[in-house]
Amino acid sequence: MSETCKVSSERRGDVVIIWTDGYINNQGGEEIAREAYVHLDQGARALVLNLEKTRIVNSIGISILIEVLEKVMDKKGVLAFCALTPTIDKTFRIMGLAQYAEIYPTQEDALRGVEPQSA
Amino acid sequence: MTIPVAPEMEIVATAQAAALGEYIGMSRDKIDEVKLALVEACINAFEHAECRDEQLHLTFRLGREPKGREWLEVEVLDRGKGFDQADVETPSLEKTFASHRKRGWGLQIIKSLMDEIDISSGDWGTRILMRKYK
Repeated sequence: MSETCKVSSERRGDVVIIWTDGYINNQGGEEIAREAYVHLDQGARALVLNLEKTRIVNSIGISILIEVLEKVMDKKGVLAFCALTPTIDKTFRIMGLAQYAEIYPTQEDALRGVEPQSA
Repeated sequence: MTIPVAPEMEIVATAQAAALGEYIGMSRDKIDEVKLALVEACINAFEHAECRDEQLHLTFRLGREPKGREWLEVEVLDRGKGFDQADVETPSLEKTFASHRKRGWGLQIIKSLMDEIDISSGDWGTRILMRKYK
């Protein structure tokens, strides 16, 4: 596991996919938040966080993800996580994050899930 | 092993836990749970313990129950100021949303991920003993 978390993103319409690679601690969390806030301030509606290449998110990293979630909720947007390891999935559910952010097995599922629902 | 109270030293500790977990054939997911619990125990001590010797003392043990279940145990000992467990509030996301401070989840995460946990604390410091069965 790499000690520094690499973060990259891609905008697809009003959805942003953010990929992480490595340990999400305070630095990794802040890097994700920076990336997320840039896109949210530019009008992105939905964030998909793909954590496929992350095996540990510590509680400091999670606290920053909660701040991102709050900002998304303030903007009436959507936050989804995907490709979580069973341990990260379990941790997010223990904390109740799954009540406010969707968790999907794959990126494709997440992208389908954040599409606006037609009436 | 002893690690200094310094950024990312918790990751150094997890390598030891992973090696021992692999040695007894523990699944990768269970090893990840031990690693995260250990990370949380270390960063709790880094942030709150005010260790007099600026170090954390870690002991790793492998064992087997009489009926054969193998386990990996990790002890995290700090020589800090200690804490009263009764003062630790059970966290919830609703409380976290309402609070400016988003922290306070470490012990809850440790308790949820490990099979057995024992915490003792006093003015000599804090000892967290965590066990995970294979």
